[in-house]
Order: sequence, then C-alpha cells, then structure tokens
Amino acid sequence: MVAYRFHQYQVVGRALPTPGDEHPKIYRMKLWATNEVRAKSKFWYFLRKLKKVKKSNGQMLAINEIFERNPTTIKNYGIWLRYQSRTGYHNMYKEYRDTTLNGAVEQMYTEMASRHRVRFPCIQIIKTATVHFKLCKRDNTKQFHKSNIKFPLVYRKVRPPIRKLKTTFKASRPNLFM
Amino acid sequence: MPFKRFVEIGRVALVNYGKDYGRLVVIVDVVDQNRALVDAPDMVRCQINFKRLSLTDIKIDIKRVPKKTTLIKAMEEADVKNKWENSSWGKKLIVQKRRASLNDFDRFKVMLAKIKRGGAIRQELAKLKKEVAAA
Repeated sequence: MVAYRFHQYQVVGRALPTPGDEHPKIYRMKLWATNEVRAKSKFWYFLRKLKKVKKSNGQMLAINEIFERNPTTIKNYGIWLRYQSRTGYHNMYKEYRDTTLNGAVEQMYTEMASRHRVRFPCIQIIKTATVHFKLCKRDNTKQFHKSNIKFPLVYRKVRPPIRKLKTTFKASRPNLFM
Repeated sequence: MPFKRFVEIGRVALVNYGKDYGRLVVIVDVVDQNRALVDAPDMVRCQINFKRLSLTDIKIDIKRVPKKTTLIKAMEEADVKNKWENSSWGKKLIVQKRRASLNDFDRFKVMLAKIKRGGAIRQELAKLKKEVAAA
C-alpha cells in the first residue's frame, strides 16, 4: 500500500577466483537499502569487514529483493542493531509492531534518527526477527496485545479530504471532540 | 462528555482522506497507537492511519483479524449497509453524492421543484399571516 523507503535484498557475492584460491567462499547477506545499487555497495562494505575483498576483486553473484510473505497480518518485530553515537558504538534491541518487516525497519530508522540523532550510515542491523507476543520485552508493544483493545480517539482534527480544499483561515473554531 | 465511539475490533469507520476516500471499513486489528489494520468486503486488508478514519456508531461482532468470509457474514448479520444508509450521516453522504452527479437537465428539474416548494410555503405563510391579522 505504502511505498516503503527501505527494501530488503538478498545479496550473494564472492571474491574472484585466483590461481591461489580456485573456489572462494560464497557469502550471502540480507540487508536493507533504498535501491539495488546501494544494496550492492552495502554488501561490499560488510564483506570488507569479514574478508580481505573489495568490489574490484570480487564478483556479485545474485541480488534479489525479498518481499513480505504476509503483508496483511500484524507482527511484532524485534530488531537488534549496532549504531555509532558521538561517543562510541552501542548495541540496541528495539521492538516494533507492523505488518511488514520493511515497515518496521523504516520505523526503526526514523526512531533512531529522532531519538538518538543517528543517521542511516551509522546504523548496522545485526538481526531482525518476528517475536511471538509472549516473548516481547517492551511494554510499548505489549500494550497492544490485548484481544479486547479499546480506546477513544481523543484529539480529532478533521482535515480537508484533498489538499486543494485546504484554507489558511477558518470562519469558526473546529470541533476537536468527534 | 464521556467518549462514545471507541477504536475497537469491529468498529466501522469511514475513510476521510486518501485513495479510499468515502469507503466504509471495519477495524479488524490495531497495529499501534496510530494505525489500524482495516478491512472491507471489496478491498485487500491494509493498514491505515487513524488520522484518515472517522469512527461511526456502528460496531460489528468479530474476533481479531477474521477471515474475509467471516467478516462478510458478520457484516451481513449486523446489517451494516442498511444501518449506515438509514443513519443521518449516511443519508447526508448519499444526498451529497447524488447532488454531485446531477446533469444539467436534473439541475433544471431541481430548480423548478424548489420554486414550486417555495411557492407552496409562501402561500401557507400568507394564510397564517392573514389569520393572525384578522385575530
């Protein structure tokens, strides 16, 4: 429904075969990027940290986008990440409720940017998982696990249905109750 | 004044912004504080922000995230369509749609009907005024 900023890609690559190493080990990574080009770049960034290989002496074997299997059910996502703050590297575990993993990852990036002023290049996602509701740790997500959830919408600002009907001034004060 | 319309599973709401403007949907689950999972018989289940929804008084009896057929059956049992169309809010929307879809001949007929109605009202008013003046 919504165009997600972050897409999940499966990237597979290896170093180029050399006379010393005929069959180099093939590495596969799942990572998030806004497009395929950036995904490939991120793959080499991570691979350089694991093995002495660069894009110039490596080859990309496959890059596929991974889509959400069930975008119509709500899941609790746990995201383990490592981020760089002004003083050093820290690990974090965050939980999000969303219908798709891409949506949860987008939530994570925006929350990290707002709460910790950490931008996209300084965040590395270690692991993501769908968490069973009994195993969720954060009260913020656990409060939505009630099957009889019920709350009123308190501050109702009614918007014009299309932006063209927006006016700067209004004749009377809007009713915010309903 | 206490709140009467709650976000809950089974609440019928009207989409008031965006691509699905004007559609009646049922809240089938709550994603988090700002979003709900929403479903209607003729659309794919999707998530939508509460800012785009106007809650109605109608509520149907369903469990969390029912199957599409279960949802349709529950909507038939609760008779959502008729309840909506007989409510004053629903009636106003139907009238608005009708008025927006009039062609020129229809608008001409409306003009004549309004003149006729105005004439009848003024006749009655004149009769009542004469009675008051006579008394």
